[in-house]
Amino acid sequence: MKKLAVKDLNKFFDAISADQLLYMPLEKGGSVNYGIYSRGDKYDPTVLHTVKSVKDVFFPQCESMASFVTAGKKFEVAPIAPVDQSFTVFGVRACDVRGMEALDKVFLSDPVDSYYAARRAHGTVISVACSAPEETCFCTAFGIDPTNPGADIQAVIAGEDILFSANTEKGIALLDKVADLLSDTDDSAADDAKASIKEILNKLPLADIDLSAWGEGKTEELFDRPEWDELCKSCLGCGTCTYVCPTCQCYDIRDYKVGDKTTRYRCWDSCMYSDFTMAAHGTNRPDKKQRFRQRFMHKLVYFPDRYGMFSCVGCGRCVAKCPVSMNIVKVIKAMGGKNNG
Amino acid sequence: MQEIEKTLRSRCAELINNGTCDKVIAWDRGEFFYDNSPATFACADCAQKLVYDCFCGANLSKYLIQYAKEGKTAVLLKPCDTYSFNQLLTEHRISRENIYVIGVGCDGMVDIDKIRAMGIKGITAVKEDGEDLVVSTLYGEKTVKKADCLLEKCVSCKSKKHYVFDELIPEADGEDVKENGRFDMVEKLEAMTAEERFEFWQEQLSKCIRCNACRNACPACTCRKCVFDNPHSGVASKANADSFEEKMFHIVRAFHVAGRCTDCGECSRVCPQNIPLHLLNRKFIKEINEFYGEYQAGETADQRGPLVNYTTEDAEPTAVSDRGDN
Ligand code: SF4
Ligand code: SF4
Ligand code: SF4
Ligand code: SF4
Repeated sequence: MKKLAVKDLNKFFDAISADQLLYMPLEKGGSVNYGIYSRGDKYDPTVLHTVKSVKDVFFPQCESMASFVTAGKKFEVAPIAPVDQSFTVFGVRACDVRGMEALDKVFLSDPVDSYYAARRAHGTVISVACSAPEETCFCTAFGIDPTNPGADIQAVIAGEDILFSANTEKGIALLDKVADLLSDTDDSAADDAKASIKEILNKLPLADIDLSAWGEGKTEELFDRPEWDELCKSCLGCGTCTYVCPTCQCYDIRDYKVGDKTTRYRCWDSCMYSDFTMAAHGTNRPDKKQRFRQRFMHKLVYFPDRYGMFSCVGCGRCVAKCPVSMNIVKVIKAMGGKNNG
Repeated sequence: MQEIEKTLRSRCAELINNGTCDKVIAWDRGEFFYDNSPATFACADCAQKLVYDCFCGANLSKYLIQYAKEGKTAVLLKPCDTYSFNQLLTEHRISRENIYVIGVGCDGMVDIDKIRAMGIKGITAVKEDGEDLVVSTLYGEKTVKKADCLLEKCVSCKSKKHYVFDELIPEADGEDVKENGRFDMVEKLEAMTAEERFEFWQEQLSKCIRCNACRNACPACTCRKCVFDNPHSGVASKANADSFEEKMFHIVRAFHVAGRCTDCGECSRVCPQNIPLHLLNRKFIKEINEFYGEYQAGETADQRGPLVNYTTEDAEPTAVSDRGDN
């Protein structure tokens, strides 16, 4: 295990960012999102969640894929190449690390998404254990341990120090690169810090949420439940829950045309939107209830059916951010589970 | 507030029982104490579960477009929500005869994000205690002044008076709030240089994630199909490229609701990135007041807004350049 004084974190960031991009949670206009570090930027360890998850780094909300230029009868296509430079992401929480696993299932299985795969191959992820979980967190219900967040390198803040341990080859290489700044230490300080976080985790009000009504093979049981009618009513059909979610992976492909030049880009889509998966015949989810149901069935039934894991990771972002406070916790509880009283 | 809540519960149950309405649109208790959701209550027993406390910021008037098409619907409206209701009536989006309006008294709604911004984490319960809020958290109990954590729309509340109702709970109505300071920040922005102002908006609007919550919550945004949802419009609603899309979206939206926006504050309340969208709308309101005389959208249901009405007294388009704006 390696140790660094928290007050020296900027030296660590400067060393890493000397020859590559470093993404981390940064404040802008009062909100914290992943951004590119530049010298002097401050990392605030008390911020638990970014508004948009780390998904935005590996699968950006908006990315150009190709451009087309027409000149007279000539038509030129210029594909935009996937990322080919190494980069590092710092400050990822355990829930977002699991969220990336869910994205991997989708984007790295056949047909592989080359843009996403390139970023995954070139990115080294440093996770940071959650020192102060929020009441909205229920990652532990999905078997996630916020004190052992995983990824290439995992860090935990213990008093004045931040302690790193590498989990992968990439992680070992990165810690070697900044070895001058780090000193060796044993596990005891990290273990103490984790023990005190665990005390809080035991008190999380949503941690004992009962997921037994959900999961593989539950489509028939849940699809036509009458509860959907009432639950969907308050929903505004906005994209907030999908856009802040670390695992929502649907995107749309659009063209943006200015003069002779057209840029083909993709951007996140939301199953809550009325034009989601619009096709020549229209849409197969014409009303709000169907769209609303899709989001939760996808996370809690269809994804488990297909990939053997829930694609909710309990980060609680949608719980905190939905403008009408309708969220996956309310949905899970509404459909039963004997401990969900 | 507990008293009002009790009265509301029994009164709503009574209204369902005596056939005045077949359902009530109100707020329902969430997982915690701050996350009430709008909900419909369609039986007398259900109505006993409705909630009314300082976390009922959501404006329920827009739900009436969808849920008051048939039958008779009762709705709880705070003073600020009644302007939206009137504006919806003006624009023929809802029918007065289908709706029974219960005007509920309000002394300010709380913004849980402001409590969080004070560094208070892990909030598991919030109790009102006179002027204070007692916040229970995973990390111990904290007491804060309610006045310090009001929603932006409540900080600059323009009226405690209901502009439409069938009955009021409590019976005594409030008054307009004359000194509400709601243009203070607009004036600060006006005093900036064009560059500073651009920077301010660039920083704020570039946070936008194009979730459209502001549009979807807005009671003035009631187009059956929004131009930003039309894939053929060339201004797709989803891309968040900060070079064009976001500013375009916000400017178009602000123009479109100009003269119709009642300043209900929903757009800023719902924004997940805390973008102060109300400032755009307030700028328009201020301009309209200056060019066309004091005007408050939604004050009554039969007024013609200055921007959709022609009089020979109207300001000339040159008024802005004559004033020397940059
Ligand atoms: S559940 Fe909430 S955040 Fe999601 S679309 Fe509906 S209103 Fe928006
Ligand atoms: S559904 Fe909500 S709680 Fe679950 S991972 Fe997505 S944002 Fe987080
Ligand atoms: S959900 Fe879990 S991992 Fe995510 S921030 Fe909360 S405690 Fe940490
Ligand atoms: S609610 Fe906020 S983030 Fe969402 S579209 Fe509106 S301004 Fe953008």
